[in-house]
Amino acid sequence: MPTLNLTVNGVAHTLDIPAGRFLAEVLRYDLGLTGTKIGCNEAECGACTVIVNGRSVNSCIYPAFKAQNTEVLTIEGVAATWQSPNLPISQSQEMEQWSDSEIEELHPLQQAFVQHGATQCGFCTPGFIMQAKTLLDANPDPTDDEIKHCLKDTYCRCTGYVSIVNAVKAAAEKMRTGHLPEPVLPDHVEPLMHIGRAIPRPDAVEKVTGKAMYADDYQFANMLYGATLRSEHPHARILSIDASAALALPGVHCVLTQKDIPGELRHGLVEYDWPAFAGGDYPARYVGDPIALVVAESDELAHDALRLVKVDYEVLPVVTDPVMARQPGAPVLHPDRPDGNLLKHIKVRHGDIEAGFAAADVIVERTYRTPMTEHAFLEPECSVAVPAGWNDPRYGPHDKLTIYVGSQIPYADRDQVARCLGIPKEAVRIKGAVMGGGFGGKEDIAGQFHAALAAQVTGRPVKVLYTREESLRFHPKRHATIIRIKTGAKRDGTLTAVEAELYGDSGAYASLGEKVMTRATTHATGPYVVGSAKIDCYAMYTNNAPCGAFRGFGVTQSAFAVESNMDLVAEALGMDPIELRRKNAMRVGAMTATGQVLRDSVGLLTCLEKVENEIRDWRLGDWEIGRLGEGKNDAASISNLQSPISQSLNLFNPIRVGAKVYAWGIAAGYKNTGLGGGAPDKAEAEVEVFPTGRAEIRTSSAEMGQNLIGVLAACTAEELGLPFRDVSVLVMDTDLAPDGGPTTASRQTYLSGNAARLAARSMRERMQGVLAEKFDVPPEVIAFHEGLAYVDEARLAKVKSGNGDWRLEIGDSAPDAQSPISNLQSLNLPISQSRTISFADAVKTLIDEGRSPKLRYEYWAPKTQPLGTGGDMHFGFSYAVHAALVSVDTETGEVAVERVVSAHDIGRAINILSLTGQIEGGIVMGIGNALTEHYIEENGRPWTQHLGQYKMPGIKHMPEMRNFVVEDPTAEGPYGAKGVGEISSIPISPAITNAIYNAVGVRCLALPVDQDALLLAMKRGVREIDRRWGDALER
Amino acid sequence: MRWQAYHTPQSVDEALSLLSQYAGGAQIVAGGTDLILDMQQGNHSALQALIDVTTIRDLDQIREDNGWIVIGAAATHAAIEASPLIRHHGAALAESCSVVGGPQVRNVATIGGNVAHALPAADGTIGLLALNAEVQVCTWNGAAVECTWQPLLSIFVGPGKNRLAANQMIGAFRFPVRALRSGSAFDRIMRPQGVALPILGVAAQVTLDESGRRAVAASIAVGPAGPIPFRATESETILLGAPTLDETALERAIDAAQRQAELRTSKHRASKEYRHEMIAVLLRRVLPKAVARAQAA
Repeated sequence: MPTLNLTVNGVAHTLDIPAGRFLAEVLRYDLGLTGTKIGCNEAECGACTVIVNGRSVNSCIYPAFKAQNTEVLTIEGVAATWQSPNLPISQSQEMEQWSDSEIEELHPLQQAFVQHGATQCGFCTPGFIMQAKTLLDANPDPTDDEIKHCLKDTYCRCTGYVSIVNAVKAAAEKMRTGHLPEPVLPDHVEPLMHIGRAIPRPDAVEKVTGKAMYADDYQFANMLYGATLRSEHPHARILSIDASAALALPGVHCVLTQKDIPGELRHGLVEYDWPAFAGGDYPARYVGDPIALVVAESDELAHDALRLVKVDYEVLPVVTDPVMARQPGAPVLHPDRPDGNLLKHIKVRHGDIEAGFAAADVIVERTYRTPMTEHAFLEPECSVAVPAGWNDPRYGPHDKLTIYVGSQIPYADRDQVARCLGIPKEAVRIKGAVMGGGFGGKEDIAGQFHAALAAQVTGRPVKVLYTREESLRFHPKRHATIIRIKTGAKRDGTLTAVEAELYGDSGAYASLGEKVMTRATTHATGPYVVGSAKIDCYAMYTNNAPCGAFRGFGVTQSAFAVESNMDLVAEALGMDPIELRRKNAMRVGAMTATGQVLRDSVGLLTCLEKVENEIRDWRLGDWEIGRLGEGKNDAASISNLQSPISQSLNLFNPIRVGAKVYAWGIAAGYKNTGLGGGAPDKAEAEVEVFPTGRAEIRTSSAEMGQNLIGVLAACTAEELGLPFRDVSVLVMDTDLAPDGGPTTASRQTYLSGNAARLAARSMRERMQGVLAEKFDVPPEVIAFHEGLAYVDEARLAKVKSGNGDWRLEIGDSAPDAQSPISNLQSLNLPISQSRTISFADAVKTLIDEGRSPKLRYEYWAPKTQPLGTGGDMHFGFSYAVHAALVSVDTETGEVAVERVVSAHDIGRAINILSLTGQIEGGIVMGIGNALTEHYIEENGRPWTQHLGQYKMPGIKHMPEMRNFVVEDPTAEGPYGAKGVGEISSIPISPAITNAIYNAVGVRCLALPVDQDALLLAMKRGVREIDRRWGDALER
Repeated sequence: MRWQAYHTPQSVDEALSLLSQYAGGAQIVAGGTDLILDMQQGNHSALQALIDVTTIRDLDQIREDNGWIVIGAAATHAAIEASPLIRHHGAALAESCSVVGGPQVRNVATIGGNVAHALPAADGTIGLLALNAEVQVCTWNGAAVECTWQPLLSIFVGPGKNRLAANQMIGAFRFPVRALRSGSAFDRIMRPQGVALPILGVAAQVTLDESGRRAVAASIAVGPAGPIPFRATESETILLGAPTLDETALERAIDAAQRQAELRTSKHRASKEYRHEMIAVLLRRVLPKAVARAQAA
């Protein structure tokens, strides 16, 4: 093998490696520098960016021998390139979970990414930091445009880029002045000790330094690699499999197929309809179906051997259109099901629909289409299974079959692996690796059971890492839908009736299709009070990729139809679109179309007001003329197309600047928190307190980038009165942490947050009880604050808070209060004489008293009702209003989202930094849904095979944003909080298409918007277009 | 399957003799951002060896030489974008190279690779074409290397196919230094969805007479407008014949380009009708810019 000499982070290496190796592989697998990530293997995403001789490159397709005799800098070495000037350190209070020196040792970019929330799942972070470093090395004070130019082809799926741009600017300032500016965040209610603060995520430092361990970063001794053979045909029976040629290759250990499965052959989150390997009675039903797993000594060998496995297929007829799939005579995918290809017919009936339309003065009816879309989390799926009894030199003993994986539902993984292998659940352990994004796409099981089976068979650790191409082809997507919706309203704007018919393409398997399309159906009246509704939804099986959970969970789709129709109704009535929404907006006391009376926490009207005021100010302000004209054309060419700017202005009138026309559009939305529909919804958390003065909170909920760990830590620290840094969090481990339930439905802040909060509160009460006995005082006068337990009847009596909690008031407002710091001196005194003891001593007391320092709390969310039975279908909803300012280039049809104003009612901000990140990221993801994203399948075969064919929004798509947080608390939520994960991506798509209509008078009935079709429509005077990007064009 | 050997020759002689030895089993690679991607994605047959020419001394040089701007085949897009020489003498090329990929790609992707890939919509190629560039083809004759300059268009056969034989490589490109009262510009139309190539790119160069109103030289490159990169020669003729480069001349040139270009609908990229419109839009953007630069020069 040829010899490669290179210096990495200042260390010289000489390696004998194959000539065909890529630099990223050398760094990750030969040198163990796993901070450099591989996201696509096609120089598309930028996660693998490293610096070679001073210039950034995509190391994933950079031949290793190109780096012969070069100096390579990776994320692991970036901190050492920074020499901190000896300036006084002034870390903000929020950064106190790390010592000053821990932070100061980082490169300013790393510091800024931590403090500004610019790392979420963290998988893209090393690439961003390396690429941004090349900019700051050359330009100490870059503008926003220069930052965007530099980071143009480096992709992030979580943050929406806002915090990244801010972090790069903050880092530049730090490098220039020594001062790291703090993030500017939306106004929100006064924080508690931890709740509501902008505390950086606990794993942020690991993520910005490349130390965080994602599944593919684990390298076990003697590890084997699995590669999955997938169906060549969207529908085919597997007649025979000949693996002899593959097995003949030296280094190939086995080729596993259906006959090797000892347990159940099929799996699924809701229905067991999906074969772990297609074969026998179960044909391949889409091109992602696995047929065999080749297990070999190296990943490359396994993939090479894959090509030698011969499969004899009997090709079956294919159906790929959900409407066709319901027709008699259509090919049937699952003959064992009772209703042909119908997965589920979902119905909403509310009031008298005929009377509703009879009472309407205007009726608007349209048919909308939404695309199948792809999560495009930056980390492709990876599972590493380690057999029971394996003692690894690096990772230690494994007493049972253990699977390292980033998964949204660890307990479901465990159960499905056990079922497939025919072993007890308790014989399987799912151990979470850091997860590089999920967005719903890591709920269904992927390679977990294949890796586990291979580990069982070979007795060695086995890694199954999907290529990006395979990830795209395999995992369930967002449902493509066809939605016909008819809306009736009275002249005064009162909505009288909504009738809708939805077709959802659920693809080859049930996945969560029924649940997703149920949500699409129940949310198909929008966040409005409607006199009557009749909604029918058909979730259909087809030979396309299965569709399941994806941020928004069906509501993204129906909101596009609902909110488009709302603007059409407003136009037909000659009414302001905000006024129409305000008139019908849900509010406390209102009833939803499913018969639920809303009892609290309906902040929609406030959201509408905030957004309306902001865009009104904007219209009246300097921005309109000054900023729009900037660098584009002189002010003289700006003309308001319909009316001169005046106090009575219509906020939605277009403004022309040169060839571009600008206009605002608005949309509202709502999204349930939690499973709902009668499904038992619970999460369990375990808290343990230690004599070191620390606590740990454990639940097997999933951390996928959303900062659940920060939420759990904040809830625990708040209840136990501990500093944030003294709480550690353990998630995603089925042996060490109880079940937090699936991480879906925007439910974990509420469910696991409550479980953590109440576990910690119960532990506090237990400790209060023990201390109360010790001090012979009532337990209520014992309070915990900043790692100390205070016993002070007089003072505490004054500060009893409204909700029955005891809270300690510290500082100036507490008269005659001794500072807690001075109380520290009393620590050495015997407990009986002290009025303050440390948390550590309190724990020791607890243990001395024979009480357990460990406690589990099972939190059950309020009961819900199944659809059709009336009552509470959900225990909470979050609300949002989005306004988008778009520009349409009338010469080219190009559409850009220039500015977004949003308001989200999420009950209560638990962590304002992460909350803002969820909002910004959701909005940009929604821009993708409207303008760029479409997973295209043609006759059951993906046209979209590579990430380059699926463009998620890049940094240049990031609009200016103004986001308002509305905190209308819900009684049961932790500190009033409800979900935010999904709502932030819902109203933005229709806000954009409404804005396009307002700008150029063309309504886009299908997503994503196609500039080609839009331009031709403008040219021809066509007012509505049904063609979207990805539709077949006539040649 | 990956390559089994990765060569880093120090000279064109060494590179071409190696290439000849492999007799089709090897290929020249520079940045690799097209070739390696194609191999990874199964769009290019497996190769026994890759011959990396970026280690050849001076093959990435950009220099002025006796009335020509000479660009080594291994000059990266980033280097071209940043080169003061090219920004001055060939703005169209600097602009076209600056929009390819992201910085990480431009740091390694070379102009030689861009041309050798032979895509009719390749940005760098379109930029070169408008500058009347020539390509230096180096041939291994069994004992030594012979290099000849030939018109850029002469090396294209069809989409993704060049005329280079298994003993040839591109050594350099050259275009004449900027004439008095000459200017060039490039622009393109992309779409934000999953296509790598532009819907249409246009580069133009104009040289004016002393009055500053009449063209004495004009070149317009458009891509994709046929199986190989395309020169809108009929539009050029109209511009040269126009008494003054006014609105009328521009509209007639647009009309001629729209008639001459072989536009087609390409899947998920653009309809023929849309491309037809974009020829007009781009010429209206690019030509006046080139003229303004010529007037300013």
